[in-house]
Amino acid sequence: MLTLRDVHTYYGKSHILHGVSIEVGQGEVVGLLGRNGVGKSTTLKTIIGLVHPAQGSVDFEGQDISRMPAHRLARLGIGYVPEDRRIFRLLSVLENLRTGLDRQGVSPERRDALLDKVYTHFPVLRERRQQAGGTLSGGEQQMLSIARAMMLEPKIILLDEPTEGLMPRMVGQIREIIQVLHREGIAILLVEQNVPLTLDVTDRVYIMEKGVVRHHAPAADVRANQDVIHQYLGV
Amino acid sequence: MGLPLDQIFIQTVNGLVNGMILALVASGLTLIFGIMDVVNFAHGDLVMLGAFVGATTMLNTGNFWLALLVAALVIAIVGAVLQVTTLRPLLGRDPLMTILATFGMSLVFQKYALWQWGPSARKIQEPITGQFSMFYLQYPWYRVATAIFAGAIIGGLYLFLKYGKYGIWIRATTQDRVMASAMGIPVPLVHTGVFAIGSAMAAASGVLFGPLAGVTQTIGLDFTLRAFIVVVVGGMGNLGGSILASIFISLLEAYAALVVSPAQAVIVSFLALILTLLFRPTGLFVPTPK
Amino acid sequence: MTRTAYWTGFAVIVILLAAAPLVLPEFWRRFVTEILIWGLLAMSSDILIGYTGMVSFGHSAFFGLGMYGAAAALLTVRPPNLWLALAYGLVAAGVIAAFVAFFATRLRDIYFAITTLVFSQIFYVIIFTWTEITGGENGLNFRQPPLSIPGLLSVPFTHETLHWFVLAVVTISYLLVRRITQSPFGMVLQSIRENEGRTRAIGYHVERYKIVAVMLSGLFAGLGGVLYALQNKFAAPDFVFFTVSGEVVIYNVMGGMGTLVGPIAGAAFFLLLREGVSRYFTEYYLIPVGIIFTVMVIFVPQGLLGFWRRALNR
Repeated sequence: MLTLRDVHTYYGKSHILHGVSIEVGQGEVVGLLGRNGVGKSTTLKTIIGLVHPAQGSVDFEGQDISRMPAHRLARLGIGYVPEDRRIFRLLSVLENLRTGLDRQGVSPERRDALLDKVYTHFPVLRERRQQAGGTLSGGEQQMLSIARAMMLEPKIILLDEPTEGLMPRMVGQIREIIQVLHREGIAILLVEQNVPLTLDVTDRVYIMEKGVVRHHAPAADVRANQDVIHQYLGV
Repeated sequence: MGLPLDQIFIQTVNGLVNGMILALVASGLTLIFGIMDVVNFAHGDLVMLGAFVGATTMLNTGNFWLALLVAALVIAIVGAVLQVTTLRPLLGRDPLMTILATFGMSLVFQKYALWQWGPSARKIQEPITGQFSMFYLQYPWYRVATAIFAGAIIGGLYLFLKYGKYGIWIRATTQDRVMASAMGIPVPLVHTGVFAIGSAMAAASGVLFGPLAGVTQTIGLDFTLRAFIVVVVGGMGNLGGSILASIFISLLEAYAALVVSPAQAVIVSFLALILTLLFRPTGLFVPTPK
Repeated sequence: MTRTAYWTGFAVIVILLAAAPLVLPEFWRRFVTEILIWGLLAMSSDILIGYTGMVSFGHSAFFGLGMYGAAAALLTVRPPNLWLALAYGLVAAGVIAAFVAFFATRLRDIYFAITTLVFSQIFYVIIFTWTEITGGENGLNFRQPPLSIPGLLSVPFTHETLHWFVLAVVTISYLLVRRITQSPFGMVLQSIRENEGRTRAIGYHVERYKIVAVMLSGLFAGLGGVLYALQNKFAAPDFVFFTVSGEVVIYNVMGGMGTLVGPIAGAAFFLLLREGVSRYFTEYYLIPVGIIFTVMVIFVPQGLLGFWRRALNR
């Protein structure tokens, strides 16, 4: 469904991605591991169109999306949950959700249904729906960030380090949320530093180093033999 | 001091009225700045063009309110075209370039107005004539109506931002342009839309201002400078702050005009700007960030 | 462009300019002298815009104060002395430059630009309304001082000698400014323009450099004002009004920022254009000019001579 082929991305003059190739199939949960600064976030940003590749192609459902602006890609069905959550702090929880909800071609009934669904998965958001986003705790903001992306009814969600900065007991919640998304049939591309979580929830993992993919294997294999993890992540 | 009390009173009301008109101009400017980080050097000239378009419409139809509407619409389109042709290509580049580009357009607008409407001042007939008695003084109805009307427009803007569908888009884009885009909000369109709204408000101020004084193509600079001063004193991007600051600055000038000539009274606003930039650069009416 | 080519070209131009009063009718001779003066003003502005990356809309203040300073000397001290006029003018411009320099260190970009604009306007209002001292709207008229070398001679200026004096001052100024911008100091300025944060991080006191840049810029602009006063024998508030600064910025952008000669060429081009076109279109010629200017800012920000920027800065 999503294919990156030999993608090179630059930030100004810095050459960050040196030919990244990644695939995510329909409904798959794929992991992207690697040390800090290897280009994992940049890969996600390239997919959602926040940066454009200088070389290579990004295909989504058969279309070349490498030149499209982010807002078009969001509407095509790519959801993005960035590092640091980046919810709209001055908007209320409900308004945050509405940024994804107010789209063309969505009837009021479907909107209410979507909201209901999200509130069922994240009851705390229903409680706090009139509160400003900035007043939520870290964990709640992370839920809002994911819920917000779900409002787009995406076919794939890009998750950038969802457990970062969260208390360890919230990792379990993130695991549950990923499973919920998976059950809904949404594909997930998960960038994480938390290796056990990643190996647990994903079908396949890519390991990146210095802007390229160095290793690619089913999660089960890596679970069985963690040598590659020691090799590329030094843990 | 021996200053007559009724003069002070009249100047207070004058200050409030001028303040509301200025607030209309400044809120457009601060909205634009908040969302695009652009200080539109040509904003005052949009006021000027709006006034001229309004005057011409008035001449042809005799209807003040129609003139207001036409001016707002025409200048909204002018503003949108300006944004798409000169500001969009410059997005992300050195802010120096935006200053220069809008300065260039300011020049074009001024000379165009000169060409199109000639050098003599235009006056717009006030729609509401007559004065009323305020205590024991006479005060023109029109001025009060202007202040109320300007306030209504600003109030409308506030409501639109808070509750309207596109209000959320605008507020989200102002806070985080990147994430707004990732949420499917067409950010370039929002930018153009906001610029058009700001331009329409500027044009409306011009038409409202018309009956108070003659319109020439040099008033643009005055408005741009004052609006900029207000936006800085009120806090860049802060809507409520710019309204308070508009009234504050206008009152200062009105009182100063009692003591010195009107031409010199303007120095008071300049001093307010300089002092704010030196001591409370985030804005006088904004709590200093700790 | 090699050094020999550059200096040959330079020499040729200077010689041509020197020959102007001998071959041109008086009207055009005066025109060339004015081009030199405005060129000096534009060049002073380039120090800030082109090299330090700070847009100033306040050069009319420096220029105007240089002019009024010279006027003060020529009106109050008898007999009128050329060097005193220069001194007064430079001091006046220098004091204002110090003020502006102070703000330069605390404000960036648009805030600085508009504050300098505000300064121009403040001075305009003061000069315009303080009629007793400044002559208000009508300005001041005074006599041209003689060209004097203390102890040696004192002869009144002729049109030719005045022109050569102006040419000498502008040429020396150009060489001085060029020397400064090529020096390590100038390199730091350019580094500030490229990336102020990084320059500061490396360890340079960005504030100090900015202050010196503003002072230099202001002094040379003031010098231009003095020359203008000498040439035309009057000072008027119109020259302090912001539009003069605006035009200077146009010369800078269209001629080529960061080249020093670019702004001078820009000034020449502009003044010729205005002269040629104003017979038919008066002020409306600024409409296409404004459009071209804006288009250049977007697509050709390096200006006409910008292509030679590196060569001209060797």
